[in-house]
Amino acid sequence: MMQRASAKSTGAYAPASAKNRAAESLRRLWKDKVTLVSLLFVLLVIFSALAAPVISPHDPTKGSITNRLKPPFWVEGGDPRFILGTDQQGRDVLSRIIWGGRVSLTVGFVCVAISGAFGTLLGLISGYFGKWVDTLIMRIVDIQSSFPGLLVALTFVMVLGPGMWNLIAALTFNGWMVHARMARSQVLSMRETTMVEAARAIGCPTSRTLFGHIFPNIISPLITTYVLEIARIIGAEATMSFLGYGIQPPQSSWGLMIGEGRVYIAQAWWLVTFPGVAIALTILCLNLVGNWVRTELDPLHRTRH
Amino acid sequence: MNELIVVDKLVKYFPTGGGFLAGPKQYVRAVDDISFVIRKGETFGLVGESGCGKTTTGRLILRLIEPTSGKIFYNGQDITKLNEAQMRQMRRKMQLIFQDAFSSFDPRNTVFDIIAEPLRVHNLASGAELCERVAELLVTVGLEQRHAAEYPHTLSSGQKQCVGIARALSLNPEFIVADEPISAVDVSVRAQVLNLMKDLQDKFGLTYLFISHDMSVIKFLSDRVGVMYVGKLVEYAEKRELFKHPMHPYSQALLAAVPVEDPSERHERQILEGDVPSPINPPSGCRFHTRCSYAKPICAEEEPLLEDRGGGHYVACHVF
Repeated sequence: MMQRASAKSTGAYAPASAKNRAAESLRRLWKDKVTLVSLLFVLLVIFSALAAPVISPHDPTKGSITNRLKPPFWVEGGDPRFILGTDQQGRDVLSRIIWGGRVSLTVGFVCVAISGAFGTLLGLISGYFGKWVDTLIMRIVDIQSSFPGLLVALTFVMVLGPGMWNLIAALTFNGWMVHARMARSQVLSMRETTMVEAARAIGCPTSRTLFGHIFPNIISPLITTYVLEIARIIGAEATMSFLGYGIQPPQSSWGLMIGEGRVYIAQAWWLVTFPGVAIALTILCLNLVGNWVRTELDPLHRTRH
Repeated sequence: MNELIVVDKLVKYFPTGGGFLAGPKQYVRAVDDISFVIRKGETFGLVGESGCGKTTTGRLILRLIEPTSGKIFYNGQDITKLNEAQMRQMRRKMQLIFQDAFSSFDPRNTVFDIIAEPLRVHNLASGAELCERVAELLVTVGLEQRHAAEYPHTLSSGQKQCVGIARALSLNPEFIVADEPISAVDVSVRAQVLNLMKDLQDKFGLTYLFISHDMSVIKFLSDRVGVMYVGKLVEYAEKRELFKHPMHPYSQALLAAVPVEDPSERHERQILEGDVPSPINPPSGCRFHTRCSYAKPICAEEEPLLEDRGGGHYVACHVF
C-alpha cells in the first residue's frame, strides 16, 4: 500500500526537477564571475541594439563639419557631448557603434539561425542515413566549400545588389556547410552507440531516435560551432562592409566603421579602436557564454562541478 | 506449439576492408549458418569466447542487425520478412538487456524517462497512468521511488542494470535477450541481479536467450545450453546433459576450465593450445581442428554437421 501511495507522487518528478535545474544553473552562474560578466555584456549589447533609437545620444548618420575628428572626451581637445569622439564627418562614434551593433548582431544571429538550422538538419540526415543520401549531401557541401567564401559572397551581392538583407542571404548561403559537416561527424560517432541501439530495440521511430536522442546529445559541440560562427559572420560582415559590398553608408556597422576609419588611423585612433574593441569583446563574450550554455546542457558535466 | 524462436540457417557476414585501392573485400563470418530453437518459458544459454558471434546472434534474433541470410521465426512468423513498421510493433514482445546498461541510456534522461520511454513510444500510457506504471516497475526490480528523479550516472552498477531490466520489462515482453547482463555489474551484486532475472521469469513467464562467457552463470540460469565457436554452434543440449556429458572437445575444454567448489572433485585441467582462429579466414573443415587434441585427417577436410545424438543433444563433431 505504501508503494501505491508513493507511486502517485512520481508525477511531481519531472516539472519539479526542471525548476530545480534552472535554479541550480543560476546559482552556478553567480559563482562563475567571468561568465556572469560575459553574459551581462552580451545582454548589454543586445539591449543597446534593440534600444538604439532611445539610448543613442546623437543621430548616427548626421554629422557636422565643425565637430570633425574630435577625440574621446577624456583626451585633450575632446568634447563631453561626444563620449567616444567623432569621425571624419563629425558623426558621434558612440551612436554609430550602438546603431552598428544592431546591424552586426542582426547579420550574425540571422545568418547562423538560418544556416545553422539548415546545415544541422542536412548533417543529421546525412550522418544517420548514410549511403547515397550521405554521398549526395556531402558532395554538395564539398563543391560549395571549394569556392572561396568571400568570392561567392561578393558575386552574390554583385548580383542581388548591396544591402543588409542581401548580405545576410550571401553569408547564409555560404555558412551552412560547416554546420552540416559538424552535425554529420557527431551523428556518425553517435550512430553506432549502444544508446541508439537501445532506442531501436525499444521500437523508437527514426525521427524520435534522431531528434529525441541523438540531437540532444550532440548539441554541445554544435552550440560551440554556432557561437563561433556568429563571431565569424560578424567578422565576415565587417570584411564585406570594409570592401564596400556590405552595409552601405550612411548606415553604420562595426566593420564599415573600421573600413572608413582606416584612412584616418594616424590622426584619429579612436575611429578603428572602439568598433574593433566592440567586435572583439562581443565575440569573446559570446564564446564564453556559449561555453557556459554547453556545460549547463550536459547533465554529466553538471554534477562533476 | 512449444517453440517461441526458431533460428534457421542464420548467417551474418560483416564486410571488412576492401574498396578503392584496398584490395578485395573480405568478410568477417561472425555467424555462419547456425540453427536452433528456443522453447517457450525456457532460458537458452549461449556460451562461447568473446568474438565467437554470440552477441551478433542475439542482435540478429532481435533484428537489430540484418542477417545476410537465414530465417528467424517468432511464434511461427518469419520476422526477417517484416517491414520497419511491423518490426517496431514486434519489438514490444522482444526486448534486450544490455551488457553495459549505462551506455544504453540517454544520459540526458532521468531514470523515470528511461523506463517510461518504451511506453511513450508505443503510446501505451501517459500522465498519471505512466507514473504509476513506472513506479510499479521500479518496485518490481527492487529500486526505490526516489531513484526515478535521478540521473543514471549517479546509480551503482547493479542499480543501473536494474533500470535496464525495468525498461526491458515495461512493454510486458515475452522474450528477452540478455547479453552478458552481469559482466559489467559489481561482483558483490551479480547474484542479486541473476536472482532477480530468475524471479521475473517465474512471475511473467519470460523466455530468455542468455548470452554469457561464464559457464557458472550459464549453469545457474539456463535450461538448455548452446556452445558457439568462431561463428558456429558446435553443441547444444539440456543443461544437465551438457554439463555431465559434454561431447564436443571444445565444450569439454570450456567445462574443464570452470573452477569446482569441492576440491575432491578437482580434475585435470585441460589447457587449449593456440589462439582462436580469425573469423575472416576460419580453418577448413571443423573450425576447432587446429586446437583439438583428438583431431583426425577428416576434421580438416569436411565440416561436421550438427546432429542429434539422442535426447536433443546436438553435436557437430567427427570424433565424438
